[in-house]
Amino acid sequence: MSETHGKPLDLDAEDVTRFDLVREGARRDGVEIAYYEPRFDPSEPKGKREKRIERVIALMLLTTGVAATAFVVIYGWWDWKYELDGETDKWFTPLLGTCMGLALFGIGGAVITWAKKLLPKETSIQAHHGGASAEDEQQLTVATLENMAEETGITRRPLLKGALAVGLLPVGAMAVVPLGALIKKPRGELFDTGFSKGTRLVRLDGSPIRPDDVSAGGIETVFPGIPGGTTNHYADSPTLLVHLRPADAKKAVPRKGQSDFNYGPFYAYSKICTHAGCPASLYEQQTQKLLCPCHQSQFDVLEGCKPIFGPATRPLPQLPITVDDEGFFVSKSDYIEAIGPAFWERP
Amino acid sequence: MKLLPKIKPAQLPAAGAKFVDDRLTVATPMRRIFNKVFPDHWSFMLGEIALYSFVVLLLTGTFLTLFFDPSMTEVVYDGSYTPLKGVEMSRAYATSLDISFDVRGGLIMRQIHHWAALVFVGAMTVHMFRTFFTGAFRKPRELNWLIGIGLLTLGMLEGFAGYSIPDDALSGTGLRIMNAIILSIPLVGTWVAYAIFGGEFPGGGEIIPRLYITHVLLIPAILVGLVAAHMALLVKQKHTQFPGKGRTEKNVMGERMFPGFAAKGGGFFMIVFGVLAMLGGWFQINPIWLFGPYKGEVVSAGSQPDFYVGWIDGWIRLWPAWETRNFDYTIPAVFWPSVVFPGVVFTLAALWPFLEAKFTKDVHFHNLLQRPRDVPARTGLGAMVVSVLLILLISGGNDIIAEKFDISLNAMTWAGRIGLIIVPPLVYFVTYRICLGLQQHDREVLAHGLETGIIKRLPHGEFIEVHQPLGEVDEHGHTHLEYAGAPVPKKMNKIGATGAQPRGVFFPVERRSDVEAEQKALAGGHKE
Repeated sequence: MSETHGKPLDLDAEDVTRFDLVREGARRDGVEIAYYEPRFDPSEPKGKREKRIERVIALMLLTTGVAATAFVVIYGWWDWKYELDGETDKWFTPLLGTCMGLALFGIGGAVITWAKKLLPKETSIQAHHGGASAEDEQQLTVATLENMAEETGITRRPLLKGALAVGLLPVGAMAVVPLGALIKKPRGELFDTGFSKGTRLVRLDGSPIRPDDVSAGGIETVFPGIPGGTTNHYADSPTLLVHLRPADAKKAVPRKGQSDFNYGPFYAYSKICTHAGCPASLYEQQTQKLLCPCHQSQFDVLEGCKPIFGPATRPLPQLPITVDDEGFFVSKSDYIEAIGPAFWERP
Repeated sequence: MKLLPKIKPAQLPAAGAKFVDDRLTVATPMRRIFNKVFPDHWSFMLGEIALYSFVVLLLTGTFLTLFFDPSMTEVVYDGSYTPLKGVEMSRAYATSLDISFDVRGGLIMRQIHHWAALVFVGAMTVHMFRTFFTGAFRKPRELNWLIGIGLLTLGMLEGFAGYSIPDDALSGTGLRIMNAIILSIPLVGTWVAYAIFGGEFPGGGEIIPRLYITHVLLIPAILVGLVAAHMALLVKQKHTQFPGKGRTEKNVMGERMFPGFAAKGGGFFMIVFGVLAMLGGWFQINPIWLFGPYKGEVVSAGSQPDFYVGWIDGWIRLWPAWETRNFDYTIPAVFWPSVVFPGVVFTLAALWPFLEAKFTKDVHFHNLLQRPRDVPARTGLGAMVVSVLLILLISGGNDIIAEKFDISLNAMTWAGRIGLIIVPPLVYFVTYRICLGLQQHDREVLAHGLETGIIKRLPHGEFIEVHQPLGEVDEHGHTHLEYAGAPVPKKMNKIGATGAQPRGVFFPVERRSDVEAEQKALAGGHKE
C-alpha cells in the first residue's frame, strides 16, 4: 500500500499509473495517502446502488434548477406591492425565501452527497513540522536582521537618532491630530433643557395645556413650548405631567426644597431616566410608580420620583411649574439639576 | 493564422495549468494546497458557519447599500406603508422603510442580512467555546486565538452599528443607552460622547452617517483582513485533531482538501446560505415599521437588543444602584456593568492562552486536542463562564419572561442577582466532578474491560457481570492500557463483537466490508 513511502518514484518508468503520480505528488508535499479505495470500481458495470446515488444527486440538482427558476419568475412577475391588509404581499417574501433556500439546499446536498457517496474513501496523513525553524535558520535570520541595524549604523550616529525622534514624532501627531475635528467641548447643554422661566408646557402637536385637560390619575407627555421644542433637538426635554388623584396628592411628599415645584396635584417630572436615558414612561396608576422599560428602574411618584428599585440611583428631576395669566401650564424655571444619565462632571 | 492551438476538451485542465505555470511557477505550491489534509470532526464546522454567514452578510449588505441613505434630513414619509404616511422622519428611516416596502425583494434581503448577523456572532461565540474547551488555543495557536477575539469584538460592534442606523425608535433607544454608557466613563466620558455624537444626545445628526461608514466600510474592511489572517494562520499552522488511532502531535490525519473536503465545505456553504434564506423569507426580524421613527420621548415595553448584546444589557439591569460621588465628581452605576465588565471579560479571554500556559507551566507545542473531561479545571471554568453569560442573557430579557410567565419583575431581578453569586461556583463544582467521573469510567474500562451485559452466577451464589478486557490481562484480571485522552469503547459492538461497526444513526452510511477493509489497511499499512 505504501511502498513508495520514503522512496522517490521514477516518474518515467513504464508501469507508473496516474494515481502513482498523485501519490508521489502527495508524498513530496509531506502527505501519505494511507488508505484509498474507490467506492465503485469504474471497470465494472454500474450497480444498483451507484445508479441510485446518481439519481438522487441528479434530482437534487433538478430541484435547484426548478427552485432557482421559480425565484426568478416570482421576483420578476409576482404582484408584490404592500397593501394594508392586502393579500398579495403576504407570500412574496416567504416564497422568495423558500425558492432561494431550496435552490441552495439542492446544490449543497448534491455536492455533499457527491463527495460522501461517490468520491473514493481516503485517509491521508500529513506530516506536521510545527514549531520553531531549525536553529541555524534562526541564527542566519537574526544575523541578517542585526546586520540591517548595523548597516544603518544607528547606534554610532546619536545625532541621527535624536533627529529621527524629533523629526518623526510630530509626524505621528500629524496623523492623529485631524481626528481632533471630532472634538467638541461639552458646554452647559448637559445641565439644561428647553425649559426656562415662563416656558409653556405643550403637547406633541404644540398645543398648550390647562389643568382641566389632564384628568385626575392621568398623565401627559409635555415639551417646552419653544420652536423645535417637540423635536429630537430637545431630546432631553420631554417631561411627564402627572395629575395625582386627591387621595394620592395628600400622601405626596415632595423632595427637600422642592415643595413649591408642583401646582396643586400636578407634578412634572423629567421623562428621561436618570440611569441610561430611556423614557421612564410606564406609569402604574395603582401603586404610583414610574417604570423604565429598558432596565426596569422604578420611581415612586409620591416621593419626588425617588428610585425604589433597579439600577437607577437618582430621582427623576422635577420641573417647577405654575399656571400663567391665560391659565396654561408654564415652567417657573429650567430643571434645577441635570436630567438624564449621570456623568463624571455631574455633582 | 491560428491564435489558439487546437486543444481537445479533455486536455484543457493540463493545458490551462501549463499556461499558468509557465508564467507563475505555481505547480508545487498549488499541488501542496490541493493535498493539504483536513481532519474531520463535526465541531470544526462551527467556524465554517461563521465564515459562511459573513460572506452572506457581505452579499446582502452590498444590496442594501444600493438603497439605503443614512441622511438625517427630515422628510415626510410618502411610501407604501400606509400607517406611517405623512409622518415626519429622517431619510435614513424613510429609506429603511422603502427597502422593506418599495424595493423589490428588499425585505428579504434585510431579513437575511439581520439573520445572518445573528448567526455570524452566534457561530463565532460557539466556535470560540469549542476552541476553549478542547485546548485548541494552546501554543502555537495563541495568535489565532487573539485574532478570533478581535473578530468577535468587532463583530459585536458591527452588529450594534447596523442595528442603529435605520433610525427607528428601537435603534434610537439603543443609541440613547450607548450614549449613557459612554457618558459614564470617568474623566473623559462627556468629551468622548460629544466627539462621537457631535454634541449632547442625539447631536446634530452626525451619529447615523458616522455609524453608517463604520458599518459598511471601516469595520467590514478590518473584518475581511482579520478573517484572511485567521485562515492564513490556520493553513500555515495546520489543523488540530483529537487524539486517536495513528494520530500524533506530528501529523494530521484526514482527507486531502481537493476534491473531498472542498466539496463538503462548498456544499455546506450552500446549506448555511439556504438556511439563512429560509429564515429571511419566513421569520420576521426587526420589523422597524412597527416601531416608528425615533423620538426622544418614545419607547415601548420589551425593548431588547440583539442577543449578543443581551448579556451586557442583562448585567446593566442586575447591577444595583451603586454610584460613587466624590468631590463633586460622579462614577455612574452604568459604568461598571457596561464598560468595566465587558472590558475585563474580553481582556481575560484574550490573555487566557498565556495565563493558562503560565499556571500550568506548559511550554510545549500542542497539535492534539484535549477532551474537555481531561482538563476538569478549565472545563469547569468555561462552564462557569457559560452559566454567567446565560444568567445575564436571561436577565437581559427578564421583563419579557416576567410578563409571559406572570412572575414579579422585581423577583426576576433578584433571582438574577442571587443566581449570579450562587450558580457559577456550583456549576464549576458539578462540571469538575462530572469530568472526573467520565475520566474515571474511561480508566475503569481500560483496567477492567467492557461491561458485556452477561450476568454470571458463581458457585457460591454471587452474581457478577462478565467484563471483556481490552488487552492482555495480568493475574488479577486487569489490563494495563495507558490512558491517552482518546475515546474509549464503551459498548461491545464498538470493539467488533458484532463485526466492524459502520457509521450512521438511522441507517448505515457505509458498507461493513468497506469499514473492515479500511481498518485492515490502517492497521497494517503504517506505523507511526
